[in-house]
Order: sequence, then structure tokens, then C-alpha cells
Amino acid sequence: MLRPTLPALLALTLGAMPVLAETTTPENNGITHFTLPNGLETVVIQDHRAPVVVQIVWYRIGSADEPPGKSGIAHYLEHLMFKGTDKLEPGELSKTVTANGGMDNAFTSYDYTAYFQRIASDRLSLVMEMEADRMANLRIGEDDWQAERQVVLEERAQRVDSDPGSLFAEERYATLYYNHPYGRPVIGWRAEMEGLTREDALEWYDNHYSPNEAILILAGDVTPERARELAEQYYGPIPAKGEAEPRIRPQEPTQRSPRRMEMSDPRVPQPVMSRSYIAPERNPGDQADAAALTVLAELLGGSMQTSILGRELAMQGKALWVNAGYDGFSVDPTSFGISLVPADGMTPEDAEAELDKVLARFLETGPDPADLDRVKTQIEAARVYKLDSAHGRAYDYGQGLATGLSVQDVNDWPDSLAAVTADDVMRVARTVLDSKASVTGWLLPAEPAPAAAEAPASTDTPSPEVQG
Amino acid sequence: MIRAAIALFLAVLAVPAHAIDIQDVTSPGGIKAWLVQDDSIPFVAVQFSFKGGASLDAEGKRGAINLMTATLEEGAGNRDSVAFAQAVEGLGAQFSFDVGDDALTVGMRALNENRDEAAALLAEALTQPRFDDDAIERVRAQVQSIIRSEATDPQSIAAKEMARQAWGDHPYATSINGTMDSVAALTRQDLVAAKNRVLARDRVVVGAAGDITPEELGQLLDTVLGGLPEQGTAPLPQPADLQLTGGVTVIDWDSPQTVVSFAGPGLAIDDPDYFAAFVANHILGGGGFSSRLMEEIREKRGLTYGVGTTLATGVYGQTWQGGMAGSNATTGQAVDLIRQEWDRMAEGGVTDQELNDAKTYLTGEYPLRFDGNGSIAGILAGMQLIGFPIDYVNTRNEKVEAVTAEDVKRVVGRLLDADDLRFVLVGRPEGIAGTDPAPTN
Repeated sequence: MLRPTLPALLALTLGAMPVLAETTTPENNGITHFTLPNGLETVVIQDHRAPVVVQIVWYRIGSADEPPGKSGIAHYLEHLMFKGTDKLEPGELSKTVTANGGMDNAFTSYDYTAYFQRIASDRLSLVMEMEADRMANLRIGEDDWQAERQVVLEERAQRVDSDPGSLFAEERYATLYYNHPYGRPVIGWRAEMEGLTREDALEWYDNHYSPNEAILILAGDVTPERARELAEQYYGPIPAKGEAEPRIRPQEPTQRSPRRMEMSDPRVPQPVMSRSYIAPERNPGDQADAAALTVLAELLGGSMQTSILGRELAMQGKALWVNAGYDGFSVDPTSFGISLVPADGMTPEDAEAELDKVLARFLETGPDPADLDRVKTQIEAARVYKLDSAHGRAYDYGQGLATGLSVQDVNDWPDSLAAVTADDVMRVARTVLDSKASVTGWLLPAEPAPAAAEAPASTDTPSPEVQG
Repeated sequence: MIRAAIALFLAVLAVPAHAIDIQDVTSPGGIKAWLVQDDSIPFVAVQFSFKGGASLDAEGKRGAINLMTATLEEGAGNRDSVAFAQAVEGLGAQFSFDVGDDALTVGMRALNENRDEAAALLAEALTQPRFDDDAIERVRAQVQSIIRSEATDPQSIAAKEMARQAWGDHPYATSINGTMDSVAALTRQDLVAAKNRVLARDRVVVGAAGDITPEELGQLLDTVLGGLPEQGTAPLPQPADLQLTGGVTVIDWDSPQTVVSFAGPGLAIDDPDYFAAFVANHILGGGGFSSRLMEEIREKRGLTYGVGTTLATGVYGQTWQGGMAGSNATTGQAVDLIRQEWDRMAEGGVTDQELNDAKTYLTGEYPLRFDGNGSIAGILAGMQLIGFPIDYVNTRNEKVEAVTAEDVKRVVGRLLDADDLRFVLVGRPEGIAGTDPAPTN
């Protein structure tokens, strides 16, 4: 039951009439939204500064929708989507895009699978024709599926098996979620990946690749009129495969036991702590908690010099690096992460105790009003800088719609951030930072390896997206 | 249907891409910059690039320019680290300080409403950095942690060994980060000296894009750069001689995969055959899914997630290089395929179809890069760093179009020879052995 709900119906009604004047108002920053009769939601983001356009088709299906025992099938199919149709030879889509000066790729996450091309705007119809073709007419040859399974296994070997940080992240997430499939890696568990077949992939494709389960984002040098004309021409004729399924996954029970984990590996140069708490996600019409968590992450770890953890730990010589991260684009509850690398001479135990002291003090005193003001100023500035990248905005709308938000929700997000108060921050901080639904992991050098460190990535989620 | 569409699009492509209007700006103080003016979004992006970068480290002070660069944002004038960062954040401005082998690059994004204040803050960072002792110690510990972490990263291990073999006594041969020992020995005085070697007006180029007039940009240039010394204390680096020899170096690393790095002779960006090599590289391994190496190693055999090549056109030295990672068990096979493709192109050149497809891609892709103020500012600074003329943007595609199959044949005959390729393998590769003693690490 995807969304013949009120906003979509309104958009459909409006879209059928010449309402395009609205696209020129500054309030919507050049965003137009319509839905084709077959259920394909389309968002057009206008930016005519350069003769470039990006097409991204997002399917509302990801690794968290996989049946037990078939982990990795969403990502494996993403790879196989390049293996041709009745009209396209294996690899021809990418070769054609490249031969026309464009680039293309695809990525898979917990909640979505997406395919994109970036190309000169006078060649938009070419890539729309090919993308529409593989939405309906995928063919997977006997020879291709086995070599490609080997490719995804090599991808896993490169991204995960060769990197102790990735291996540990996989296990931490498997531990954070008792029951929800977010506990499974997007790329899949190796033993299950080895058993995936062409039949599994085709079944996945037949069940989930349909215009009413997809979102089309066109960003850059294209008008809404032209976008609609091309969308109707190429995607319009593809019939929906029945009603879209509601995305009901196993949910987390109440968690009562904070967990601790430790992994040692000789390839780890220096101890790194990663702590994750289950946290609420952005929801349609209800993004206040997610906005407050976004501000909380900035206040705690946004800057090494001025954030709370930066000032109290990094600037005081207790940690080399600190980070706090949160991303609210998620169908089901997501996670809030904190990571740190102890300074030379600090034991992991002492560094973690210092971190907990700072967090406890913050929960008592709340944010400094000047800190909150500065974070808000940066958020306002980011709103302007964001307009410099149509490609970046395409991701915002695509991720939003693919995780159940409306265009209005995505439009409203900067205002939701601007509206966050100190009380909001404290409300979510108390809920999340005191939560027992958490995992604290230490990744340690195997004795007697010498100490050294790696900067924690911007967040500590395990490869949230896997590029094709 | 699709075939017909492609033919149509190829025909359209002969029309030149739209011209990009770059203004040559000189400030009242005599500082030059290139500007693309666009008032659609109320901010400006500026990139300042100082030639020479970390290759200007003084003898025995490896890592000084890198440490200095990372400490520029740690307080200036009467503001310490925290106060300086708070002031920048309070304006919603964004500064970045990066250094590489060829340039030290400072980036700035500032809103129209407080652009002057942002420029004044950036000027303080460049002209009056405090280099406070506690800030130096903190950043030093971070740099050392990166050095140690690179020592356990197979990609870094391979890159460092290749650079060591390639560049002899030139700074390119060693990491800009320095070593644990060289960084440990650096003093505040070393950082001040490092700054004076590289941050000077005689070696800066500037690219700007966004909502700013040439007059306003002139004022900004004088504000940000006017207080810098006219001349750097170090001469620009000398060209490096490529010392690389053909062969295989194996570095033992306990991992399911081997990181494969390979390199041979390259050519400078002002070489008459540069564009022919540029086209050839696209066909050999630069063109993503379309390249010969990707086809043979990934698409047909599933031996890797990705393999690619690039013309590494450093200002002071060049290679034609590439890399991949794949199972230990099939590393020998993958290396054989790379060598085969290297020689196949050297002997047979490229087909007309490949040549045409490559040219269509390379000319079609170029205008797509100019898609925002941030990217344009970076491109404008980068062009000046290399020494391109201001009309390069609008003539570059003609040079790609002019490449013939004969041109390609000539340049690949000159540069590609599998016997000249050096492979550095980090892992436990099977089916292949080192051709010389393993390096001591």
C-alpha cells in the first residue's frame, strides 16, 4: 500500500493541471513532484547552471526486506541489473552511458536500491529509455550470473573481510538488533552469498521491481514539462505488478541489557571505541525527534574544536579523535553513534570513563545556548551551500521518499532543524543516551602490535551503502 | 531503438559544448585570480592553491609542511583554537586546509551576508597563525596516529613502496606525512619556517565562483593574501626522474586478498602526445565498466570488484599506473591479464570504434564537471596550477577530438611495455613470485 494517500493524490491532481508556475517560487527551490498513473512517483529538481542532468531510480526495497537465508540478494540483483534486457546486451547500458559522456552506477542499502546516471542534459531521454527498459525487461544470462556472484564475493573480500573495522562493525550491528533485519549486513553473510542463484535474483526482481515501488528523481538541467513528457513516454507504459506491499519487518522488542563487545586483530593499529544506541528515525509529518537528534550529534561531536566531546576530550588530551553521528533516513528505528580514539597514554577504560563523565554532565546541564546558536547558524548556511549541488539534493529527495517520507517532509527538514530548542535536544538526549538498547564495542590491536590510530569515519555505521 | 538513439546523439555531439566565461581578475594590490560569476546562489567559493605543496619540505624536516597546514586552523591572532573555530562557525563560513605533493590548497565558502568577516578570519589564519604549543602537540599526535595506521593498511603500504622505488631522492619518494621520528622532532620554529617556504604570493593561484563581482573579488584577494610575504623562502621543486624498473615486488600481508599496484612510465600534461595517451588510458583502464581491463578481469572472470588505470600527471613527475584487489589464489592470473592487456594495446593500438567511443565520453564528460560554484573554483585553480591558458576550457575538447588512431599507436608504442611495469603486491599472492628481494619495511 505504498501511497495512494492524500499527499500523493493531491500531487497527482495538481500535476495533471498546468501548475508549473509554482516551480519558480523560491519557497520550493525548484522542486516539482508528480505521480504517473502506474504509481511511479517523480521528483524534478531544477538547476540550469550547467548542461548536466542526473537520473536516479530508487526502488523501495533493500537488504532489510530480504528473506532469512538470502542475505545479499538485494545487492546481488543490483549487480545483475547491468546484465542486459531483450534490447541491451550485458554491460551495454553502462557502455552506452559512457560512450555518451556520462557515468553510471548503482547502490544498495538497508531500505532501498538505486540506479543512477549523470549525463549531458541533451541525452536524458537515452538514459531514461534504458533505465525504463530494465525496470520491466531484465534478462540474466546463464554465463553472467556465476561470474557476477564471484564479483560480489570479491567486493565483500575487499570491503569487509580485508578490513577489521568493517568486520567488527558487522558484528556490532548484528548485536545491536536482536530481531530487526538491520542486524544483517547489506552485502550479505559470506556463506549465504555463496548460495545465491539466478533464480533467487529473478524472483526478487519479479516481486519488487515495479513502477509503483519506485521513485524517479531527475535533477539538473531539465524542466518539469520535459521531465513529465519523457517519464510518460518511457516509464508510463510499464504496468505496476499488483499492489505495493507494506514494508512490515520484524521489530525490536524492549531491550534491557546494554551490550559490550571486544575484538582484537593484528591489523588494528590502535584502540577505537564505537558505541551505538537505537534511536528514532524521521517519520512522515513527525521529524521533530530526528531533527533534535541531528542537532544533538552536531553539539556533541560536530567539530573537534568546539563540540562538547571535542572540547572536553580531544582538546584536553584525552582523545585523539571523537565523533558523534546520526542519520534519520530510515524506515525503522535507526542508530545514534559515538566513537573515539584514546589519546596516546590513555587506556581504553580511562578514555571511556572520561567520555561517560562528559555525557553525564551534559545530561545534567544541557547545551550552552551559544553552542546551540552556532550549530543553528551552520545549519542555515548549509541550506544555502546545499543548493550548489543538484546531485546532492537528488539524494535527499530519493532517500526521503524511499524511506517513507513525503516531498513535503523533505522540504520541511531545514525548518525542522531550525525549530529545535534546547529542551528538544535534552528530551532526545535523555531517551537515547540513557537507553539500554546499546552496544559499546572496542576494536583493539592484537598483542603485541604497536599502537597507532585511525580517524573514525564520519559515522560508525557499517558500510551503509554498497556501490555496484 | 536504442541503437538508433545513440547514432542520433553522436551526431548532436559534434556541436561544441557551451562556452564558459572565465574572467581574469587583478586586485588593486596586484593579485590575480580567475572568476566565474554566477549570482543564482548567495555565496562564493574560492580556492587558493600554493605551488610546491609538501614537496617544499626542508631537508630533514619531512612532514613539516603537512603538520603546519593542519595547524593553520588551530588559532590565529588573538583567538586560540576554540575561539577561532567558534568565530568561523558563527559566520556559517567553511574553510579547508589541505596539502599534497604539488600544492597546498586553502578552500573557502562564505555567505554574501558576511563575506568580508569571513575573509578577514581566513587572512588571520594564513598570516598570523598562532601555532600554540598545545595545538601543535595535539595535531602532531593525530598525524602520528595516521602514520601508524597507514603502516597497517595494505593500500598505503603498496603506494609507499611504489613511490619509494619510483622517485629516488625526490620528495615524491616519501610520504608528505613524514615518519614517526621526523614528525616527533618538529618544533614550532620548524612550522614557522615551513609556512614561509610555501605560503607566499609568488606561488599562489586563485579560482573563484559564485555571487561576487570582479571588484569585490579583488578586495577579497587583498584581504586574504595581502599580508603574505611576496616571495616564498624555498625555490619551487625540481622535476623528478622516474627510477622505476620492471618486475614484481611482494610484501607479505595476512589477508584474504592481495592489493595489486602497478606503474610504468607516464608523460607530462604538456607533452604533445598527452591527449592521445589520455584517450588510450580511457580505453585501457580509465573508463570504468567500459575499459579493456575491467572487461577481462571483472566482467569475464569475476577476479576483482574493480580494476583501473590512470595517467598520474604530477607537476614534477609522471607515471601511467593502476590498481586492483583480488583473491590471493587468483592474483597471478590477474597480473598476467594486466600484462597481456598492456602489450596488446602497445602492439595493436585501439580500434576506430573504441577511439570514437572514448572521444565521445571524454568530450561529453568535460562540461559536466562545471556543475557548481565549489567544483568550478577548484577547476579554475587546478588549471592555473598546471599552467593552462585561460581559454583552455573552451579549446580542450578540440584537442581530444583531434586525436587519431595513429596518434594513439605512437604514444602507446612509446610508453606501454609490460616489461617496464613494476607490480607491488601486498598480500599472500599465489601463482606469482617476487623478482627481487622483498623490501624491508
